[in-house]
Amino acid sequence: MGELIITAEESRRKKRRKEFSRRLMAYILLSFVGVSMVLPFLWMVSTSLKEPEAVFIQLKPWWRNWIPEKIVWANYRNAWKAVPFGRFYFNSIIVAICVTAGVVFTSSFSAYAFSRLNFPGRDKLFFAYIATMMIPGSVVLIPQFALVRILGWIDTYRALIIPAMFTAFGTFLLRQFFMTLPKDLEDAAKIDGCGYFGIYWRIILPLSKPPLATLTTFTFIGNWNSFMWPLLVTNKTELRTLPIGLEYFKSQYTADWSLLMAGSVMVLLPVIILYIFNQRFFVEGVKLTGIKG
Amino acid sequence: MKARTKETVTAYLFLLPNFLGFLIFTSLPVIFSLLLSFFQWDFLNPPRFIGLSNFVKLLGFSFKNGYLFPNDPHFWYYVFNTLFLMLVIPLEIFGALIVALALNQKIKGIVFYRTIFYLPTICSGVAIAIMWRGILNPDFGLLNTLLEKVSSFFHLDLQGPNWLSHPFWARISMMLVGLWTIIGGNNCLLFLAALQSIPRDLYEAAEIDGANCWQKFWKITWPMISPTTFFIAIMSIIGGFQGGFMLAYIMTGGGPGGATTTIEYYIFNNLYTFQKAGYAASIAWVLFIIIFFFTRISWKYGGKLVEYH
Repeated sequence: MGELIITAEESRRKKRRKEFSRRLMAYILLSFVGVSMVLPFLWMVSTSLKEPEAVFIQLKPWWRNWIPEKIVWANYRNAWKAVPFGRFYFNSIIVAICVTAGVVFTSSFSAYAFSRLNFPGRDKLFFAYIATMMIPGSVVLIPQFALVRILGWIDTYRALIIPAMFTAFGTFLLRQFFMTLPKDLEDAAKIDGCGYFGIYWRIILPLSKPPLATLTTFTFIGNWNSFMWPLLVTNKTELRTLPIGLEYFKSQYTADWSLLMAGSVMVLLPVIILYIFNQRFFVEGVKLTGIKG
Repeated sequence: MKARTKETVTAYLFLLPNFLGFLIFTSLPVIFSLLLSFFQWDFLNPPRFIGLSNFVKLLGFSFKNGYLFPNDPHFWYYVFNTLFLMLVIPLEIFGALIVALALNQKIKGIVFYRTIFYLPTICSGVAIAIMWRGILNPDFGLLNTLLEKVSSFFHLDLQGPNWLSHPFWARISMMLVGLWTIIGGNNCLLFLAALQSIPRDLYEAAEIDGANCWQKFWKITWPMISPTTFFIAIMSIIGGFQGGFMLAYIMTGGGPGGATTTIEYYIFNNLYTFQKAGYAASIAWVLFIIIFFFTRISWKYGGKLVEYH
C-alpha cells in the first residue's frame, strides 16, 4: 500500500517535471523567435538616428553601435522633406478608405443576395465567383492595366480605387457568415412589415460585426500595402501611394542609409501602433477566414 | 407583383453593384487576357493576331548547330528561380507549426508573443525590403556583424557572404526574408487555432495508455491538424508560383544577372518595361495552367493523406 502511494507521488512529480521542461523549451524557442523578429526593427531605428558616416563605423563594445553617439533626429525631418511623404500618406489614406468602403458595401450586398435570397442561377453564379478566386492575379492584372490605359485613367485616383472595389473574396467571406444566421429573425421581421433592405440593414448587418470588422481590416491593410497595381498605374509623384512613394524615395537616396531607414520607420510606425491596439481583429479574422469554406 | 418575382428582382438589385464591377474588372479580363495571349500588342499600335507565336516563343525549342535550344532561355531560368525560391516553403510551414506548438503550451504572455510574431505580416513589404537591404549589407549590415561575432566567439574565421550581389546568396536572401516575414503570420495562427480545437480528452486517454510526447504528436496532433496542414501547403505553393516580385524589385531589381527574377517578375517586365502585353498574357496563362494542374493533382492525391473527422 505504502509503495503504491510513493509511486503515485513519484509519477506526479515526474509529470510535473516533464511539463516544466516542456514549457521551458517553449519559452526558449519563443524568445529566440521573438528576438529575431524585433532585432531587425531595432537595428532599423538605431540606424535611422545615426549620422550618415556613423552607419559604416563599428564601435567597441558592441552596444555602442546600437545607441548612436549623437542622436540625429534631423534624419526624420530630412526624409520627410526629401520626397512628399505627406502627399503619399494622404493618397494612401484616401485610396484605402474608398476601396475598403466600396468592398464592404458591394460585398455585403452581394453576400446578402447569395445567402438569404432565392433567385434563378444563384448557385451557378456563386460558383463562378469562387472559381475566379483561384485565377492568378497576373492573369486579370494585364487586361485591367490595358483597360485603365484605354480609359485614360493612368495617374488618376479612379485607377487606384475603382478596380480594387469589387472582390470575390469579400463576397465569399461574408456569404459564409450570413449563411449561419438563423432564419427565424428574418421571418419575424417580415411579419412586422420589414422589407428586404430593412432585413439587410437592421438585422443582417448588426449581427455580422465580427466578419465585417475582419473584412475591413484585411481590405484596408491589403490595400495600404498594395504594390504592383499602384506601381503600374501611377507615374506622377503626386499620385503615388505610400509603398510606391517609399520605393521612389529608395531609388533617389540608394546609399543614404540613415535617411532610408528614417523614411521606412516613418512609413511603418503608424501602422504598427494601429495594429498593436487592434491586434485581436487580426487574430479573429484569420480564424474566420480559416478553412471553413 | 408576385412574392417570388419580387424576391428575384430584389436579389438582382443587391447583386448589381458587385456583379457589374466583378464583370468589368475580373470576369471579362480573364477572357480578354486569354484572347490577348494570341496577339502582339505594344499599347500603341492596334493588336495584331499572331496565333500561337507567343506560346511557341515561350515554351518552344529549336535546333541550332545540332543542339536543342529554348526559344526563350530567360523564361526557363526564371522558372528555375521560382522553383528554387519555393524550396523554403517546407521550412516556412514547419517553422509556423513549431511556433504554434510552442504558443500552445499554456504559457504566459501568449498575446505578447503572438503580437510580435505577426508584426511583419501587417508591415508594408517595401519598408521591410528596405530594412533587409540594410541588414544584408556586407559592410555594416546587422546579419554579417552578428555572424562575425558568433564566428569569433567560436574562434572561427568565417566571413558572411556578400548577400545580395552573389546569385546563389541573393536567392537565399529572398528565402530568408520570406521565412522571417511569414513564420509567425497567418499560417501560424491557423495552426494555433487547429491545435486549440483538438479535444483535451484525446490526450488524456493517450496518457493513461502511457504514450510519450512524441507518440502523442504523431498519433493525435499530426492527424488532427492534417486538414490545416494540407490547406496551408496548397495555398503556400500556389502563392509560391506567383510570388517573389516585390521583394526582388526592391532588394535586387531581379538581379544579379536575373538570379532573383521570378515568373511573376517576368510578367511585370513584359507588361510594363518591355510593353509586350500579349507576351505577358501568354506567360500569365501558362502560370495559370501550371497552378491549375498542380491544384487538381494535389486535391486528388494529397486529399487522401488528410484525415477528416
